[in-house]
Amino acid sequence: MSAPEPTTREFMLGEGSGTGSGQTLQVGVGPAHPAMHGIIRIVTELDGEFIRKADVEIGYLHRAFEKDCEVGGYNNAIPYTDRLNYVSPLINNFAYASAIEKLLGIEVTDRCKYIRTAMAEISRICDHLTCVGASAMELGAFTVFLYMIKAREFLWELVEDVTGARLTISYGRVGGVKADLPDGFAAKVGGAFKQTRDVLDEVHRLLTGNRIFMDRMVGVGALSREETIAYAITGPLLRAVGVPYDVRRAHPHWAYDHVEFEVPTQKDGDNYARYLVRMAEMEQSMRIAEQALALMPGGPVNVDFDGRPIDPAAYVDQGKQGKTEGLLLVPIRLSPNLQGQNRPAWQQVNAADKRVVLPPKETTYGSIEGLMNHFMLIMEGYGIRPPRGEAYFASEGANGELGFYVVSDGSERPYRVRCRPPCLPPVAALHRMIEGEQIADLIPTFGSVNMIGGELDR
Amino acid sequence: MRGEELLRRLRDRFGAAIVETHEFRGDTTAVVDRTALVDALRFCRDEPALGFDMLTDLTAADYLKFPGREDGPRFEVVYQLYSLTHNHRLRLKVRVDEDDAVVPTAVPLWPIANWLEREVWDMFGVRFAGHPDPRRLLMYEQFVGHALRKDYPINRRQPLIGPKT
Repeated sequence: MSAPEPTTREFMLGEGSGTGSGQTLQVGVGPAHPAMHGIIRIVTELDGEFIRKADVEIGYLHRAFEKDCEVGGYNNAIPYTDRLNYVSPLINNFAYASAIEKLLGIEVTDRCKYIRTAMAEISRICDHLTCVGASAMELGAFTVFLYMIKAREFLWELVEDVTGARLTISYGRVGGVKADLPDGFAAKVGGAFKQTRDVLDEVHRLLTGNRIFMDRMVGVGALSREETIAYAITGPLLRAVGVPYDVRRAHPHWAYDHVEFEVPTQKDGDNYARYLVRMAEMEQSMRIAEQALALMPGGPVNVDFDGRPIDPAAYVDQGKQGKTEGLLLVPIRLSPNLQGQNRPAWQQVNAADKRVVLPPKETTYGSIEGLMNHFMLIMEGYGIRPPRGEAYFASEGANGELGFYVVSDGSERPYRVRCRPPCLPPVAALHRMIEGEQIADLIPTFGSVNMIGGELDR
Repeated sequence: MRGEELLRRLRDRFGAAIVETHEFRGDTTAVVDRTALVDALRFCRDEPALGFDMLTDLTAADYLKFPGREDGPRFEVVYQLYSLTHNHRLRLKVRVDEDDAVVPTAVPLWPIANWLEREVWDMFGVRFAGHPDPRRLLMYEQFVGHALRKDYPINRRQPLIGPKT
């Protein structure tokens, strides 16, 4: 006699439904699922509520970043790098620029290094806030999401002050940065960090000991230390299994060897450990940014003819009153970030290498040498020409090691640019984290991986 | 361990299979013959003094239009290795011709090689012998050609797949 036909309930539930048939059900999660943070598809094979097998499909956001880099000059790729990890674009900008600088063998100015350090850390906090906030929201903690996005808003205002944009910032340049920091930036950062610290404190009280949150996070999505290393996973996920690897510490670049910070680690490697690592890292990032701003070399750029600092408004007032004596000797200073670079700011943030860095605008428009210099970097067939060779530069992105491997054939265009996306290894290992767990646990695990479609698919 | 020392150990172990070595801007590179590739990778991973426990990246480059190398082997598959214990890096490269673009797989050594090799196959059309799941990674299966090859025009359009109208 043949086995009875399973009821609909038995068919849908599989395990535990009494058939013992081991029948599985395929459920596709994504590509357009609200918890999929961008576009990704996970084809799961369910036995009851348990995931037996998972196949992760990526590529929905592929836009040929590496191919596009090959058709323009070296600086032309900067806007594309904004769109890699669009939550912390500044780190991508700087890492790409540093890879080219490594290939060129040039050194940026100290002030530029400190600016890069401070801005990269502000970006990292934005990234972690988004990650923790979004994964908390997916577990039902909508308040946390709103608080954290509020904090991110304060930080994005800082980014906007410096770069003129919030997301597609294009602030890095090969050999420097686009422009100097605006006046009074350190004070604004202090204010924003105070707000951020309040939010983090509040979130700690809301989440860290929260029964519901811990039930969903502790022991879920864990990956062993060996497997994490074998999958080349870096960043918060690697530190969550107790490996204190941080590119900022292992290969200090920019100003990371001049600031003090800790590399927070946890042992368990589950979602909760990742959450704790990210929360601790935000505090460390704020420490780094504060130190970088405090130690930033340079000081006031505007001085009057007696050597006293003078602000632009006072300068204009003096001129209007006819007190013009000596004023010509005072460098005019517009807002250093939004209205173009004037010479003093330019000198501080850019490497003194005419083959690499565009001259300040007043030189371009004021002298034939400057104009020719500008021409030699901008026109078709000219530009930055690194020597033939290859270089790999790694920086600590918000999700782990962000590397750029650049091959130069000696021409003005990169021959090959490879971005080593920090979130590809964790997504490649995602099936190992979710197989054997319940389908509902897919959501917090996927959130803790912090997949960013832009850098995953490039 | 310093770069020269790394290269010396590789040369001691593999002799003529190390085709070329160089150090440029602090990056240590060794070009390995394809026959010795898996052994070299395993040696790098398992030899305690080298201890390269992480395959940070695996990618390729197409040298079809590289000045001076148009006639040489077309593809270079690049392995970026990193050692957590010793904090040093090494780049291993293997060169293959277009008509014989096959490289032995590194998946048994590092599981991350699975996706990275799929991406190299997808973008460059280099096959990995013994790969357990040789699908494309980023593009769709119906995509024709390999987009990062130098002879693939950047403005070529291919029909998007989707429901038939």
